[in-house]
Amino acid sequence: MEAEKIISIDTKHYKENISRRNLAEKIFNVILLISVLFGLLMLTVLIIDIAVGGIAWVRPELFENYHSRKPENAGMKSAIAGSIIVILLTGLFSFPVGVGAAIYLEEYAPKNRLTDFINLNINNLAGVPSIVYGMLGLVVFGRMFGLFSKDSWFVNLFNIPIESGATGGWKFFLFDIPWLEIHLPFGRSMVAGALTMSLLILPIVIIASREAIRAVPPSIREGGYALGTTKWHVIGTLVLPIAFPGILTGMILSLSRAIGETAPLIIMGAFTYVPFLPKTVWDQFTVIPIQIYNWITLPQPEYRVHLAAAGILVLLVILFLMNGIAIYLRKKFEIKW
Amino acid sequence: MNLTSNIQSYSINFHDDATIINANQLNIYYSGKLTVENFNLQVPKNKITALIGPSGCGKSSVIRSFNRMNDIIPGFSLEGKIIYKGKNIYSSREDPVRIRRQIGMVFQKPNPFPKSIYENVAFGARVNKYQGNLDELVESSLIQAALWDEVKDKLKESAYALSGGQQQRLCIARAIAVSPDILLMDEPASALDPVATLKIEELMWELKDKYTIVVVTHNMQQASRVSDYTAFMSLDREKIEDRIGVLVEFDETTKLFTNPKLKETEDYITGRFG
Repeated sequence: MEAEKIISIDTKHYKENISRRNLAEKIFNVILLISVLFGLLMLTVLIIDIAVGGIAWVRPELFENYHSRKPENAGMKSAIAGSIIVILLTGLFSFPVGVGAAIYLEEYAPKNRLTDFINLNINNLAGVPSIVYGMLGLVVFGRMFGLFSKDSWFVNLFNIPIESGATGGWKFFLFDIPWLEIHLPFGRSMVAGALTMSLLILPIVIIASREAIRAVPPSIREGGYALGTTKWHVIGTLVLPIAFPGILTGMILSLSRAIGETAPLIIMGAFTYVPFLPKTVWDQFTVIPIQIYNWITLPQPEYRVHLAAAGILVLLVILFLMNGIAIYLRKKFEIKW
Repeated sequence: MNLTSNIQSYSINFHDDATIINANQLNIYYSGKLTVENFNLQVPKNKITALIGPSGCGKSSVIRSFNRMNDIIPGFSLEGKIIYKGKNIYSSREDPVRIRRQIGMVFQKPNPFPKSIYENVAFGARVNKYQGNLDELVESSLIQAALWDEVKDKLKESAYALSGGQQQRLCIARAIAVSPDILLMDEPASALDPVATLKIEELMWELKDKYTIVVVTHNMQQASRVSDYTAFMSLDREKIEDRIGVLVEFDETTKLFTNPKLKETEDYITGRFG
């Protein structure tokens, strides 16, 4: 260093201006607080508005009855049952596939252009509008490209016994086990709806699971390998148990998103009026958001305002319950370092 | 003294029966870049061999090659042979999973699993289907690691309730629970305070009757206190820009520290370099 470049600094050259910097700090704090309050305020307004219109209509009939032409008798029993079963099925389908994909991408996939491309597109898929998934689900699961319709080349080629009627198609028992009934195509059944919902939430499940897996420290993996352990064993006994709370949280939060989805199921042909409870997963169904949507489109204010609001209240309670379960499970399985 | 590729180096030779690992002309690459060149070392059985040298000279790369831990690093490749029990551990017939059971490793930062103390020690035994009494194995391993008295009443508690030094001894217990021949220790005490460090060093002395120990250390005092033999590694001075690690001198620890054969070693141990 050149000696003549070193200057002696007079403290008078500093204009510290502490009070002004503190003021800026306070202003910034207030701005941040306002942003938080804005979100909270909107949620409160929404809940109060809905509760005022609907709380009186959350009554036993809402859970005991089906939709009725008389508002005082109308309920949403089939929609509640439909929502719960579809969400359970969605979880059942998307958990193994999503976690499996996350493990592969995080632990096994080689780093090359193909995996970069896959990573990019998983993020893109998370942003695809849900109605697009509805159309995909309709073609792939609902109709199966028309392969099982009467007189299709496929049916003629293999001489498949096709039933006629609205819910027609090919029905059989897988491996001849009575409770493993399969309907092809899936049609307007809950299976079709749940598979479409699974497609919808898979990108989120995969992204959340990958983040949970990536958060497991590499030193834990090394410790496992150093004891003479195979890769799968390290993943199964060390990585996954540590990542599990994070995976579970991501899973339940994406299911909370799925339970509020309407568009893909409308495209899939879920009915608005289902006056029976589903007996099997192959039955037709409706879900709470569709029921709400249906009521809002009716002209009478009892449906349009009060019953719709009551339906939203039920949906919100289910949502809060699911998020509560997510928090509980995360605490329960959390690993203390 | 021998001259290979213009590098002056000195090393002693053992009778084959007295050694357990023979590293033979190792070249280590990461993503095609040469990191350690022409490394030869005979590790004597039931002794403590220390690897010392300045940062970035490839000590860790070498020790992690001895049990194929580097295999999990993408881009790693190795030329040459590492002979263990008459077999090249890098031959395609050898399974790294079995080699790592026989050649254990303790890491720089204590890395117990987020499980109980008991389960940490039992982990490797369970994986490798240990047929004996697991409780006895856990107790014996913890006694050997000089940790039993401190933890015998809290075996079911989380390993993270232990102090750093205790965690590191737990990791040693975990490593010896799968009855390895060799313990590789990659700077096992560098994250610990002086008292815990001393305990680890005493432990290493006790363990060398049963196990061969190779220890990487930054700390020359530690190497001189604890090891029987010392290998000094450094960067190749001819190609200093390429940062290629080479073995400079390998000798009995007392000789290397009191009467080094090469000036480069002397400069390092007297603190003129590194």
